[in-house]
Amino acid sequence: MTTATANRAIAVPAVGVRIEQVNLSYGDNHVLKSIDLDIRPGEFFAFLGPSGCGKTTLLRLIAGFNHADSGRVLVGEKDISALPPWKRDIGMVFQSYALWPHMTVARNVAFGLEEKRVPRAEIGPRVTAALELVGLTGLDQRRPAQLSGGQQQRVALARTIAVEPKLLLLDEPLSNLDAKLRVQVRRELRELQQRLGLTTIFVTHDQEEANTVCDRIAVMNQGVIQQVGTPKDLYEQPANLFVANFLGTANIVEGRVIGDGASRAFEVAGGLKIPIAADRKLAPGARMVFRPQDCAIVGAGQSAGPDRTEAAGTVTYREFLGASVRYGVRAGTASIAVDCPFHAGDTLHEVGTAVTVAIATSSVRFLSD
Amino acid sequence: MTMALPAPRARARLSATPGQIALALGIAVFLALFLVWPSATVIYVAFTEKGGGAFTLVNFADFFRTDLFLRSFWNSFYVSAMAVAGASILALPLAYITSRFAFRGTALIQTLGFLPLIMPPFVGAVAMQLFFGRNGSVNLLLDDAFGFKIPFMEGLNGVIFVQSIHYFPFILINLSAALRNIDASMEEAAQNLGSSGFRLFRRIVFPLAMPGYIAGASLVFVKVFDDLATPLLLNVKDMLAPQAYLRVTSIGIADPMGYVIAVVLIVASVAAMALSALATRGIDYSTVQRGGGGLARRKLRPYESVLAYLTVMLILLLVLAPHAGLLLLSFSTVWSFSPLPDGYTISHYARIFGESSLYIKNTLIYASLAGLIDVVLGTAIAYLVLRTRLVGRDMLDWAASAALAVPGIVLGIGYLRAFYGVKLWDGTPLASWIVIVLALATRRLPYALRACYAALQQISVSLEEAAENLGATKLRTVRRIVTPLMMGGMLAGFVTSFATAAVELSATLMLVQSNSDAPLAYGLYVLMQSAAGRGPGAALGVIAVLLVGVCTVLSHFVIERGRAMPQAGH
Repeated sequence: MTTATANRAIAVPAVGVRIEQVNLSYGDNHVLKSIDLDIRPGEFFAFLGPSGCGKTTLLRLIAGFNHADSGRVLVGEKDISALPPWKRDIGMVFQSYALWPHMTVARNVAFGLEEKRVPRAEIGPRVTAALELVGLTGLDQRRPAQLSGGQQQRVALARTIAVEPKLLLLDEPLSNLDAKLRVQVRRELRELQQRLGLTTIFVTHDQEEANTVCDRIAVMNQGVIQQVGTPKDLYEQPANLFVANFLGTANIVEGRVIGDGASRAFEVAGGLKIPIAADRKLAPGARMVFRPQDCAIVGAGQSAGPDRTEAAGTVTYREFLGASVRYGVRAGTASIAVDCPFHAGDTLHEVGTAVTVAIATSSVRFLSD
Repeated sequence: MTMALPAPRARARLSATPGQIALALGIAVFLALFLVWPSATVIYVAFTEKGGGAFTLVNFADFFRTDLFLRSFWNSFYVSAMAVAGASILALPLAYITSRFAFRGTALIQTLGFLPLIMPPFVGAVAMQLFFGRNGSVNLLLDDAFGFKIPFMEGLNGVIFVQSIHYFPFILINLSAALRNIDASMEEAAQNLGSSGFRLFRRIVFPLAMPGYIAGASLVFVKVFDDLATPLLLNVKDMLAPQAYLRVTSIGIADPMGYVIAVVLIVASVAAMALSALATRGIDYSTVQRGGGGLARRKLRPYESVLAYLTVMLILLLVLAPHAGLLLLSFSTVWSFSPLPDGYTISHYARIFGESSLYIKNTLIYASLAGLIDVVLGTAIAYLVLRTRLVGRDMLDWAASAALAVPGIVLGIGYLRAFYGVKLWDGTPLASWIVIVLALATRRLPYALRACYAALQQISVSLEEAAENLGATKLRTVRRIVTPLMMGGMLAGFVTSFATAAVELSATLMLVQSNSDAPLAYGLYVLMQSAAGRGPGAALGVIAVLLVGVCTVLSHFVIERGRAMPQAGH
């Protein structure tokens, strides 16, 4: 069987998903708060957030296992809020894979086709095609327990895409795999999704997974969507402190705004002072945010450029990471993490020595909660 | 498509589908009719004036004014407490030996653990008379050799002796499980901090195993307190259950004293269970830590080994005595005033398979039907409790399990009172074999329910959600995913219900209206009453033991296989 047949078996026009004003509470626990979301046809989309942020609840709501108190979910412009799970035509790969232990791999994959009353003659070839698509040819008579974790994960995927769902939901699909396999499988997932052009939603708490696989990400916290954007957008222009902190490492420094006009600046107690353009709007209580790689330890007295703010401090810790060294520097009341690239032969700064930190002024953002 | 619709709208969240509600109502009706109503009838009658309908405590006052009843109450209490003590003496060394030492006889002890349970205690009672009675083998030999006898079986002693041997496995099983569940790191941490030997056992192991012991001990207490047939067969009449039975059968169904005694039995059962729950509350740690393969086992020194084997052998002899006695009796021509039978014959078996095969046939039918009803109800209740949000679903579970607290004799009296004279649509009186089946099913429902509950609990919900996600409705998911995965547990539940229902007597003794409807246990009881019937009775007993034994092995096998089957989706 060729890949062409396999692809033909799973040819479904891509649909978009729209979530409108969805609210969900369990008793006093408000799990989802006014969720609005637009997912484009064919997009690989991620719900990213810490555990308990509501991302899995939202995914299960789309699949029909949770019910919103208010709001609605549209798939391809059709309101599916009132449909039971078995009428939704939305494929879901469960975190635990949920393979039925009393059935062989082939029976597992055939299940959905049988339930959808696909003619008997078609089921066999479609099972074979789905298994081929995930690279599991020849294992169809095995029981799930006889497969490795990675293989089980593929069977779960094959079982879902065999029914040609309109939408594919992946609930932390990589969390039960070991680190090496995870990298491999996520590449394969991306490849498969691109090949099928299937709108896919991926739930994860791992920013690296979301960044590497997905087109766009919705960052969630405490039942609220914090920001939606491409991985690059989210990293470069986080909308608030939570996003800045959740994606990558960020230096978050408290201080206050002083002066106005040309001398307007953000001042940190104990020395550091960053100029702010007069027209830049700052929310009250905003903090200064910059990445560890956007600052450096420089020799004292080196000329400061226009895009550079310097602060004197003391090294408080040192972590050798190989390609770089991370220093903790205490400058006034601020603790700053500084990443310095490491080259062979470099000498390292000792803990306790006085250093000067230079921050790239243009990289600094001012964010609030 | 317009997007101008008002998006947020409150959606009424149905707690369950109509099918689930209908199912729950059906179960509720069954439990109400066959458990709650009969039990409530008993309580109602106990608290009302004879003939009139007014509330009164006069019946209870009568109970506490009558010496016979007070003595019976005290005797029941004494026998139950002593049986717990006796059972503990048998169970504690066995549990200790298997859990602390690398002992080759562990498999033997595990076999010991269920051997007594496969024989109804009243059957064993007859055999024990032959070995340990005043003129039994042991005392005849003792008298010959030393000129004295030990009153093993005199009066209450006999009941205590027989019940201890019969029920000690409950303590052994619970205690062993508790010891097995103790994480080895608990002990290692204590050793690391300088504790060892008996101090370690007293301060760490014993407290952690305590809940298991209490659970087993309270079960033994309740079982012995409620047992009717063993004292009756040993001709001990001044205990509560026999008194209730004798009042109802000799004075009549209208006499309130039987009901009063029944209420006292219920209160005692519930109190014993509540006390054990209270005693273990806050000290049951088994769910806090995950089992790490149990405690470390030490090799026995040679003399310890000898001691261990001697202990085990002694208990094994005791445990096997009823079985051996029964077997001998079933093949003996005459056996009295001699250590062993005078001669051997197989005529008893011929008689059993001839005229008494009706008993066996009835038992097979009743127990199968009861097991079937139990598994269907048990599965349905487990599903409703674990998989729906139906309001009141816990009540169903609670009500079905409450059958445990209703002594068999109470249910029997209640059935008699509630269904006596009730006729079905075609004119057959309900109080025939149908009532026996229903009583058995109600009595054994908690066992099947727990088995089904455990089986369903083991199935990850995502296995069902995956089926729904792929287009299967709730009903189809139950048929294609839940049922096949639960099959092992359902089978185990059926076999447990079947095996225990096959030898049940407390409830059925009162419900058998004609000999043609009688089950095996009843026939056994009737035969054992007369000296001439003892041979055939023993033969019937051997058949009962075989029946239950085969079932027990079968269920053990099924459960083990279910455990061995790896569960994906966890």
